Amino acid sequence: MMTTAAPILAVDNVHVIYGQSILALRGITLRVNEGSIVALLGANGAGKTTTLKAISSLVRAERGRVAQGEIRFRGDIITHADAAGLVRRGIVQVLEGRRCFAHLTVEQNIVAGGYAHRPSRRVLADDLDRVYTWFPRLKQRRRTAAGLNSGGEQQMIAIGRALMTRPKLMLLDEPSMGLAPMLVEEIFEIIRNLNRREGVSFLLAEQNTGFALRYADHAYVVENGQVSAHGTAADLAARTDMASLYLGAIATD
Amino acid sequence: MQYFLTILLSGLLAGVMYAMVAIGFVLIYKASGVFNFAQGSMVLFAALTFVTLTEHGVPFWAAFLATVAVMIAGAVIIERLVLRPLADRSPLTLFMATLGLSFVIEGLAQLLMGTDVHQLDLGIDDLPLDIAGLQLSQFDLFASAVAIGLVVVLSVVFDRTRIGIALRAVADDVLAAQSIGIRLPVIWRIVWSVSGVVALIAGLLWGARQGVQFSLTMIVLKAMPVLIIGGFSSIAGAIVGGLLVGATESLADIYIGPLVNGAVSNWFAYILAVGFLLIRPSGLFGDRTIERV
Repeated sequence: MMTTAAPILAVDNVHVIYGQSILALRGITLRVNEGSIVALLGANGAGKTTTLKAISSLVRAERGRVAQGEIRFRGDIITHADAAGLVRRGIVQVLEGRRCFAHLTVEQNIVAGGYAHRPSRRVLADDLDRVYTWFPRLKQRRRTAAGLNSGGEQQMIAIGRALMTRPKLMLLDEPSMGLAPMLVEEIFEIIRNLNRREGVSFLLAEQNTGFALRYADHAYVVENGQVSAHGTAADLAARTDMASLYLGAIATD
Repeated sequence: MQYFLTILLSGLLAGVMYAMVAIGFVLIYKASGVFNFAQGSMVLFAALTFVTLTEHGVPFWAAFLATVAVMIAGAVIIERLVLRPLADRSPLTLFMATLGLSFVIEGLAQLLMGTDVHQLDLGIDDLPLDIAGLQLSQFDLFASAVAIGLVVVLSVVFDRTRIGIALRAVADDVLAAQSIGIRLPVIWRIVWSVSGVVALIAGLLWGARQGVQFSLTMIVLKAMPVLIIGGFSSIAGAIVGGLLVGATESLADIYIGPLVNGAVSNWFAYILAVGFLLIRPSGLFGDRTIERV
């Protein structure tokens, strides 16, 4: 999809500190244009997850804080906004490892995502139907405990749950983690379709560079809490040092 | 045999009273991971507030509703002054905070309502009923009916309502719950309020039996073995644990008591709990993680 218009998300020189002293990000700068898919690449511990959590304000749930820099969502400064408020404004994060509510049923998991807007019963039921049309498999599994579903299904539950918040921007952390290649493909196809048909913008952290670059418009490589390279996905895919970046990631894993 | 059954049943019915206290613990523990030592003080405070109101001529239901309002107000204050400043501190810190809270609540109760022992009459006679040859206390049966009603209401709330599902979501995964916009302070206020109402009901039942007095706070110590046996995170566990403690206590009193020359019921539950800690530390219904293998 072509990237047009103003950025939906602008992250400028953001530093994040955990606890009193651990510096996790050292000046991340990136843009997500309205209606685009942007990938965040890099090794374990490079700062991808922290970047996403800084945007969604979930760092604060883990005693982290943005110490410097600025985050804007559609022009408004959201650097220190509270996480629940951001969900209501249209930013939702799907956490690494999916994090379904294991003891709740599949349907309860998904429906819980809709509570933020205090919808009427009718609206909630409509939104649930919409999620089921995206993930028909979940409808069959709706009465099972979420924790008993496969990894791929749990990823779908997590994305479906996030969709219920009616996001404009979805932050996805390692959607491919632990999934077989066929399932990864299925998940990425759904992401692309959500992007094209529902106009949801995506910022996704991925270690699976190959898949991420195939589906993203733009990509940033994160190293040591900073952006070390960025460009269109096609440009980055063509660069020869991308492979070494990724391989380097494995070596230092 | 008839005698044995009578002892067993009256033990089970007494266990219901333990379960009522334990349920208050479980609610708070599940939703916030806090072991609320102040639960016993809340039981006392609620019962004392109710009884003080009725002694001033307030009718039963008005006094009940007023006390519910007081417990909700208390929950809001506790969330604001204690829980929010201590959010994401270690469980031990929070436990110490609730320990302190229990003294504050008791002190406040004493300051506002004095230290007298109050009689509380719920209008249920404690006469033995003869059912199929078994002698059962009418009051115990009433208490059980109340407990069953409470549990049914709670389980419907947890399974069917938005608030209930949100509470369980928080209990399952706090960060994931926050990621979809669930506000933790709201959840804490709700769960402490519900726990306050459960404390009120437990306080009325205990108070009607023993009189409303400061020793009511001691039932917190009786709830401990119930929770260890049933598991800290399960309402079903709290009930089964309560029944088990009640039944074994009264049986042990009759059948083991004479052998050791003393009242066994004071300590038997703790021995049972230690046994569980050794064999099944998560309790009968404690959280085993649901995982696909």
